[in-house]
Amino acid sequence: MATSAVNNSNSTSVNDPTTGTRLLLDPTVCRGHGVCAELLAEHISLDEWGYPIIADRPVPPDLLRDARRAVTDCPALALRLEGR
Amino acid sequence: MTSQQPQTAVGNNLNRLLPYGGQPLSFDQHLTLHGPPAYRGAAGRLIDDLRAAGLTGRGGAAFPAHVKLAAVAGAGGRPVVVANGAEGEPAAHKDKTLLYADPHLVLDGLQLAAEAVGARQAFVYVHRDARVLKRLHEAVEQRRAADADRVPVTVVEAPPRFIAGQESAVVHRIEGGPAVPRYSPVRVTECGIGGAPTLVQNVETLAHMALIGRYGASWFRTAGTFDEPGTMLATLHLPDTHAQVIETAPGAALHHLLDLGRRPAQAVLVGGYHGTWLPVERAAALPLSNAALRAEGASLGAGVLAALPVDRCGLRETARVLAYLAGESAGQCGPCLNGLPRIAHAFAVMAEPGAHRTERADVARWAGLVERRGACHHPDGSMRLVRSALTVFEEELWRHERGSCVGVGNRTRPFLPLPAGANPHDDEDWS
Amino acid sequence: MSGITSSTALWYASRSTGVVSLVMLTGVVVLGVAVQRQGRLPGLPRFAVVGLHRSISLLSVVFLAIHIAAAIADSYVNIRIVDAVLPFLSSYEPLWLGLGTVGFDLIVALIVTSLLRARLGRRIWRWVHWLAYAAWPVAVAHSFGSSTDMQSGWLLGLGVVCVLAVLAAVGWRVAAGGREAPRPARVSEVFNQVRGARSDRAPQESAPYREHAYPEHAYPEHAYPEHAHRAAPSVSTGGR
Repeated sequence: MATSAVNNSNSTSVNDPTTGTRLLLDPTVCRGHGVCAELLAEHISLDEWGYPIIADRPVPPDLLRDARRAVTDCPALALRLEGR
Repeated sequence: MTSQQPQTAVGNNLNRLLPYGGQPLSFDQHLTLHGPPAYRGAAGRLIDDLRAAGLTGRGGAAFPAHVKLAAVAGAGGRPVVVANGAEGEPAAHKDKTLLYADPHLVLDGLQLAAEAVGARQAFVYVHRDARVLKRLHEAVEQRRAADADRVPVTVVEAPPRFIAGQESAVVHRIEGGPAVPRYSPVRVTECGIGGAPTLVQNVETLAHMALIGRYGASWFRTAGTFDEPGTMLATLHLPDTHAQVIETAPGAALHHLLDLGRRPAQAVLVGGYHGTWLPVERAAALPLSNAALRAEGASLGAGVLAALPVDRCGLRETARVLAYLAGESAGQCGPCLNGLPRIAHAFAVMAEPGAHRTERADVARWAGLVERRGACHHPDGSMRLVRSALTVFEEELWRHERGSCVGVGNRTRPFLPLPAGANPHDDEDWS
Repeated sequence: MSGITSSTALWYASRSTGVVSLVMLTGVVVLGVAVQRQGRLPGLPRFAVVGLHRSISLLSVVFLAIHIAAAIADSYVNIRIVDAVLPFLSSYEPLWLGLGTVGFDLIVALIVTSLLRARLGRRIWRWVHWLAYAAWPVAVAHSFGSSTDMQSGWLLGLGVVCVLAVLAAVGWRVAAGGREAPRPARVSEVFNQVRGARSDRAPQESAPYREHAYPEHAYPEHAYPEHAHRAAPSVSTGGR
């Protein structure tokens, strides 16, 4: 069950001081399909209404491939990977 | 003298923005009082003055004005400037009052800001209020006839929505869409209206800019405190009297402003409907300043101060406001759209006398789920109100559990103002 | 039938891969609606619906390619390579074949934009993807029109099943609203869920507060007492 322990940061800051790739969500187009949470369960969980809670840290390198898949497979194209 | 002590006697008697005598100014009167806009002759010069003056935004965020202008000026392209007069907040009247009293001061500031960032286009964004619009259109016309404006000004109307004044919603509306926020990885100062760097500045801030341009930074600093200089407009809601807009300055004692000695209150709402409730004993000891308020978890916001009478139920007042805020969700982001109505409903249950079961825990859980998960800060601000209400009115909550309520005689006389009329039903209500 | 000539083999290959393509495309359309409506396949995770939609569409291109190649290679009918991309130019059945070409062109557009969807952006991808609702009927028309086999027997039955499946899927899609529910309506829906029968979004006031206390009240003379000092100095102070 998703809790607010994994906090989402819908940061609009492009100058993120931490290095690494971040998974960003456009909350205005997300419809709560939930595909991302299945593909990237270690980084994304779903709240009680089916919307993703994305971990507020860069995506670990071993999950990058799954993260890219989540970005491509999101039916609403709501996800973006930022940074290298 | 610490930086928080006022340098001059402050109170309800400063007349920088709001003209002395309480009468709206005509164009001629404005020109007699302040002269024409204090153009600098080159881009960027005003920004130095603003830095020296320490002017911060008066729209709620208190962001240093010079930083914002510098960002837009440095972003390249053809900047656009917007005077944001869509206060949205039902309890705030300062922006419309200022626009009614001396629109030329705001328009002067808009021109100076345009010059400072190198803009070629300017907008004034206001709610559809017939009287303000009339004054504004007249003022723009007069200036056009007198060739007072260097950059053409267009008035754009905003729908009567709470979040219509949010920065990205302003840009969205001016571009022709509905006044709903947009998510963007890039700030509006870099990419806004039509992709151009856009300065969205509150009308009061622009009015201060006009005065700083005319009278200088040192003059500006003769009011307020060292850290929070200048005057500010505030909307006061006091028991048994109409709402008032006053011009005051940081450092003023809340006890004095709110007349707490003569008008007893149980709590004070600071900052509007995205603000914070404070117990009256705490509020009475504080000056009007962000530095002091932040220590209490509050902030000035758009300068709304409401002193709740002792015979009202703070929980019920808050519940009404929450229902309104939930109805004002843009409905774009899942957490806000799902969370706010549920929170409002649970809060309304707690606001009625009677035993509650899971409502408090539900509200706490949902509050954690809605915060910082939207495209704007509507859920965050609303949760601030919720949390402070549950803290300040904790005693009232226990009273409700036992079946009684302090406001039992006042069911039909709400204290906090909300607009009359239906909630937004379709897309037209957002455009 | 005396032995199978190469032409007959190609003829069979083209016909059979055509039928398979049609069935697959039908599946893709149905799965596409399922994705949009957040439907689930029993026992499978959500990404399976998306995954199957993608996999079957890619596979159908393979079968389509064989279908087209075999038809071109078959010397019995005069179908040139150009007829595979430019419609209505062939001498053999220009109309029905042309429709097939149109269908193929649309499908190529759909596939290519979908493979690049993260890069193309939401708007472009969505606009092109709506063409799926044009591609499928075109494919069906091509199938029935150019194949006498499909006009009777079990192939006709198969065709009818495909049409019914897509009609059902489209009905499911339309039931959600042709476009997404308008934003304000979504908030009302949640309020209704939360409150039960109420249709309003918020409790209406018994004594509605007057719309925004206006400047006359907010801006009274007495806020500016006669003895207030004027903070603005006289104009001669100038800029600095």
